[in-house]
Amino acid sequence: MSQPEGKGSGALQVKFVPDEEVLKHIADDSGIKVRKDKSQLMANVKRFVKKLENISDDEAQEILEEKNYVAVLGICAQDPMGNGSSISGGEVYSFQTPKRSSKMAELASELAQTPGQSVASDHSKCPEKTAKTPQSSSNFLWAEIAWKHNLIPLKKKEFVSTTPYRLRKRLAAPDLYLESESEYSASCSEEEDEEDQKEVSTVLSGQKTPAKTKAASTPPPRNNLGKKNKEDKMSNLVEEYFEAHSSSKVLTSDRTLQKLQKRRLNQQTLHDLLKKAPLAYAAEIKELNQQHESLFSKWMLQMHLGFNIVLYGLGSKRDLLEKFRTSVLQDSVHLVVNGYFPSITVRSILNSITEEVLDHIGTFRSPLDQLEFIIKRFKEDSSLELYVLIHNLDSQMLRGERSQQILAQLSSLPSIYLIASIDHINAPLMWDQAKLSLYNWLWYETTTFSPYVEETSYENSLLVQQSGSLALSSLTHVLRSLTLNARGIFRLLAQYQLENKDNPSYPGLSFQDFYQQCREHFLVNSDLTLRAQLTEFRDHKLIRTKRGADGVEYLLIPVDDSTLTDFLEKEDEDV
Amino acid sequence: GCFVFKPSPKKRKVSQKTAIDFRGRNNESEDSELRFVTCQSLWNQIKSETEQIQEDLNKQLFDNLLSFLRRSHSEFREKTTEWTCQMKSREIPTAALVLGVNVTDHDLTFRSFSEVLQNNITPYIALLEAKDCPDVKNLMQKLMGQLMNCYIDVDSLEDEDFVQVSQNRIRCSMTSLINWYENVTKKTDSETPSKKRTSSSRRWQSPPVVVIFKDMESFTTKVLQDFIVISSQHIHELPLVLIFGIATSPMIIHSLLPHSVSSLLCIELFQSLSCKEHLSTIIDKLLLTTQFPFKLGEKVLQVLINIFLYHDFSVQNFIKGFQLCMVEHFYSQPLSVLCCQLVDAKKRVNSLSHDQCENIRKLPSFRRYVEGQVSEKQIALLTADNFLKEIVQKLLEDLHVYHENYVSVLRCLHVFTSSLPKYPLGKQIRELHCACLENRVWETEEYESSLQLARMLNKSDVVTMLQQCVEIFVSSSGKEFDKTVEKLKEFLTQFQKLEEAIQERDVSVSSQKELQKKTDLFHLQKTLLELKESRRSKKLTKFEMLRFEVVDYIDSLVRTYLIPADHKTLHEIVYFNTASVLRGHLNAAPRIALHTALNNPYCYLKNQALKSDGGSISNKAPDICIVYKLHLECGRLINLVDWLEAFSTVVMAVEGPNADAASSDQVDDIIHARFIRAISELELLGFIKPSKQKTDHVARLTWGGC
Repeated sequence: MSQPEGKGSGALQVKFVPDEEVLKHIADDSGIKVRKDKSQLMANVKRFVKKLENISDDEAQEILEEKNYVAVLGICAQDPMGNGSSISGGEVYSFQTPKRSSKMAELASELAQTPGQSVASDHSKCPEKTAKTPQSSSNFLWAEIAWKHNLIPLKKKEFVSTTPYRLRKRLAAPDLYLESESEYSASCSEEEDEEDQKEVSTVLSGQKTPAKTKAASTPPPRNNLGKKNKEDKMSNLVEEYFEAHSSSKVLTSDRTLQKLQKRRLNQQTLHDLLKKAPLAYAAEIKELNQQHESLFSKWMLQMHLGFNIVLYGLGSKRDLLEKFRTSVLQDSVHLVVNGYFPSITVRSILNSITEEVLDHIGTFRSPLDQLEFIIKRFKEDSSLELYVLIHNLDSQMLRGERSQQILAQLSSLPSIYLIASIDHINAPLMWDQAKLSLYNWLWYETTTFSPYVEETSYENSLLVQQSGSLALSSLTHVLRSLTLNARGIFRLLAQYQLENKDNPSYPGLSFQDFYQQCREHFLVNSDLTLRAQLTEFRDHKLIRTKRGADGVEYLLIPVDDSTLTDFLEKEDEDV
Repeated sequence: GCFVFKPSPKKRKVSQKTAIDFRGRNNESEDSELRFVTCQSLWNQIKSETEQIQEDLNKQLFDNLLSFLRRSHSEFREKTTEWTCQMKSREIPTAALVLGVNVTDHDLTFRSFSEVLQNNITPYIALLEAKDCPDVKNLMQKLMGQLMNCYIDVDSLEDEDFVQVSQNRIRCSMTSLINWYENVTKKTDSETPSKKRTSSSRRWQSPPVVVIFKDMESFTTKVLQDFIVISSQHIHELPLVLIFGIATSPMIIHSLLPHSVSSLLCIELFQSLSCKEHLSTIIDKLLLTTQFPFKLGEKVLQVLINIFLYHDFSVQNFIKGFQLCMVEHFYSQPLSVLCCQLVDAKKRVNSLSHDQCENIRKLPSFRRYVEGQVSEKQIALLTADNFLKEIVQKLLEDLHVYHENYVSVLRCLHVFTSSLPKYPLGKQIRELHCACLENRVWETEEYESSLQLARMLNKSDVVTMLQQCVEIFVSSSGKEFDKTVEKLKEFLTQFQKLEEAIQERDVSVSSQKELQKKTDLFHLQKTLLELKESRRSKKLTKFEMLRFEVVDYIDSLVRTYLIPADHKTLHEIVYFNTASVLRGHLNAAPRIALHTALNNPYCYLKNQALKSDGGSISNKAPDICIVYKLHLECGRLINLVDWLEAFSTVVMAVEGPNADAASSDQVDDIIHARFIRAISELELLGFIKPSKQKTDHVARLTWGGC
């Protein structure tokens, strides 16, 4: 095939080409049909060469359009959106940059020391501030990058995330370092702060005299979008990314909550405590809500015209939807789905539609059958109308592909009106083009700033403070129904696990050892009885078995240590 | 987690009236009902128009497909037993239908296609989708289910129980399918012998079974292969035709299927028209016409086109966006009641209420108009409703005439610009349209350069363009173009004359040349040099003069007729211009909203305490903002204790002065609780998740963002 570069001179070369290549070209060009007869194609090689020229012309056009698009994006960014959402994507989605462990404390103390003032004010003199870099809008990070680049030539790479102050200390007295690493005192961190400040300011002043610092460390200013600059920026970003992910070790302090001597809060006390804390900015939040409430009639209109509504933005949208329900939907059939409920399934949603809305008695083989039934009923009976409100469409239980497909198909029915809320930052990734067209969303930003009270109360994976009371009560309930021997067996396992709680690589108790111990305590008399017992435990999800690398079966109780301790204490009381 | 609320039957409304919602906040506006009705009727018109367009565009494709289907099993029908035919008929006739990447639009195409098939070729159609067919068994199940259901449709439900049984009992295999097919065809044979012999129903003799794979790319290879191999074994007994819906390129067939399988197919390729063409037709028929009074502003159109070009290539979505624009316009603009056909609009002007007249007076474009008038007229316009109504009628008519002229001149300009090298004003008419709507097109650089280029066109191009322009103006509805047409025709005749003159001259020149045929190199060089000299200094030829005149004339047309719409008085009535609303609803950026709310709560909560400059936040911000800001300073793992401590440092600093030492324990608990809440909110939002890597640590899930 003649080279596309040759087209300028107008000299066309004709060469022999294999059929596959010709086919490929045709496949690229959507204008021509592929027929099976190849001889015709061979005759037309020249024509394709011409086509190629057209294609490259098209490409030029495409590039032009792309430019237009960027320009339009720019225009739209200037649009008076009112809510300041004219942030470029780069600020939201940028690479992670390496951080120091004490950074958070520094920011905190800084925030605390300058009450009511903006944090960045210290650095406002620095000229680069006006030139916003896409990867860092905060001057902190920015200063940090500069600082780091400055440091790199001075020391070895592994020390990068420690402050020079500590480094010196470490070199002088390693013991001392260990202490300060785990619990640095307030005075110490203050010192560090000051030193950092100095460091930063020297770097920043150094940047005014470009001879001193490396030019590479300063990201190019944004308004000057030369191609070269762009490349620089890209490589910079890439380097930063790999720097951040190069070491698998993450440097954080080793402190744990147990050392803090704070009793763990359970759900109830947490709730009570939060009630005492006044909600900040209640007036403003109320105003926000009123703004959103004025949209209710518009939502109804748009839902009736075949669109579905999705709400996004920070803050719980539960109250808003609830208000919508009570004020507008009182007189019509509607279904409320609490997506954040941990045991919700699509099946239960479908069931409540078939059983309660359609008054159908009977079961279905699969959700798809059920869906088909619902679709049929709604198509037959045009007087049927159903409003569906889903709180947290993006919850753990509903975000699966199949569930979303079913919900999307439901929502595409003309007489089912869906209004839903999403919260997760990656929620829009749930939907591909097909689902989006089924959902036919209209997006509404409803930032409410109200706390997610209901939504988070179910979050049982919740970090620290969940009491595990649920797990505990289920443990005791199940065990109470078992025989004395069975309880003894479980106790043995629990005790053994607690003895090993400080061993982070504790794999569990191997079956053979366990059998030995049980025999010693006269709890079982044969391998088989123990296995039978364990099967029962496993069915109640009291234990988990894992095969080790050597093929030995290990037994583990999938409950955290404190709950287990509580459980044993309770058991002791009972006995 | 699910709760159904049913109102008591007494309270339940018989039918919800959508128009009620239309009233919205401004309950007082009595025109809302009328506005809603106008909007709906206009939308229905537009909808049927778009459907018509789609049908017309697909007609060619469907015709080709139908003839292919008719052809495909002619051998089968004639029951030829020749050896060659048998060999050939091992191959399953297959149509590869390349539909383009806008998968969401395919549904509509397939639906209308199966309708056409049903009417013309065969009742036996099965539409299969990849998500229903994870393996061959399911595929067969679906296939048979659909085929037997369609059998019911044909025979109008007379033996439902038979089918009921068959669906559940009959094993899904090719044999049972063949048996069913024989049954069905025999039945129709015996049932309607008289009808069958008559002319047109010849196709019923043994209609092919058409299986459509809607999204061929997403089927698993094994399923497809197995199905093809199995069915090719039975192709003698069952006239099967496959149709592959392909989104990418026809090569996918060969990369999905090995040669041994693809050799069983006799593939013919069909190409649907590209979605870009479809879009241009839609824009042509919906926007560049005076048929529909509703118009899109420049930015709105840009947004819609950008969503199309850079997000989905879906014409359906474009139309939906158009619908949304209409609804928004009629909902938010009280004067949109006048956005209807001119005759109706004039009537409606007469019955406008006083409030509506005030609304008209508030329009910026109308104010500009008033300011341009003499003072007595100004007073009359601002005080007397009747006078205002008269003027408004006149202005509306002006606007209508403007649109009529605009479209014709735009097309005419497009004829000129669309063939220029590098397309300074864009290749498509929509780009030109946008450019004209945006601002005075003749003030732009692109326009300048395209005029320059137009002055260099060769003669035949200029002539054909002029002819096209004449056609456009003749067919246009504008009344002012008689003169223009005349003028253009005059240009054409002048060109004609020029041509004749040149021909004459050519003859003379060539004869001259023949005389001095023998020249040596020196002379040749000399004459060439002379020629060059003369060309540099030479005056314009007649042709060039004429060309300049033509271009200037077109330029003058552009300057008079292509004034941007927002310079026209009362344009607010028919133009929808709030692009930001549209963008927010169709192309939302949830993550940016979150980012703004967390980084700069002042955007939403208008409290002076939250006001801050630059990329920072004050320490009085809501808890979640503080926690978020703190977590940005961390790496992949975050120590909860450090985090809590940092948080309490910040919060204590705010409450500092009034927090006594005595109650510090109490306060601490509350802060602790607030911290927990903020963290679990961040977890819900997907910024962090619990981590087992280290005790009391959470993992960060986002990159940067600070």
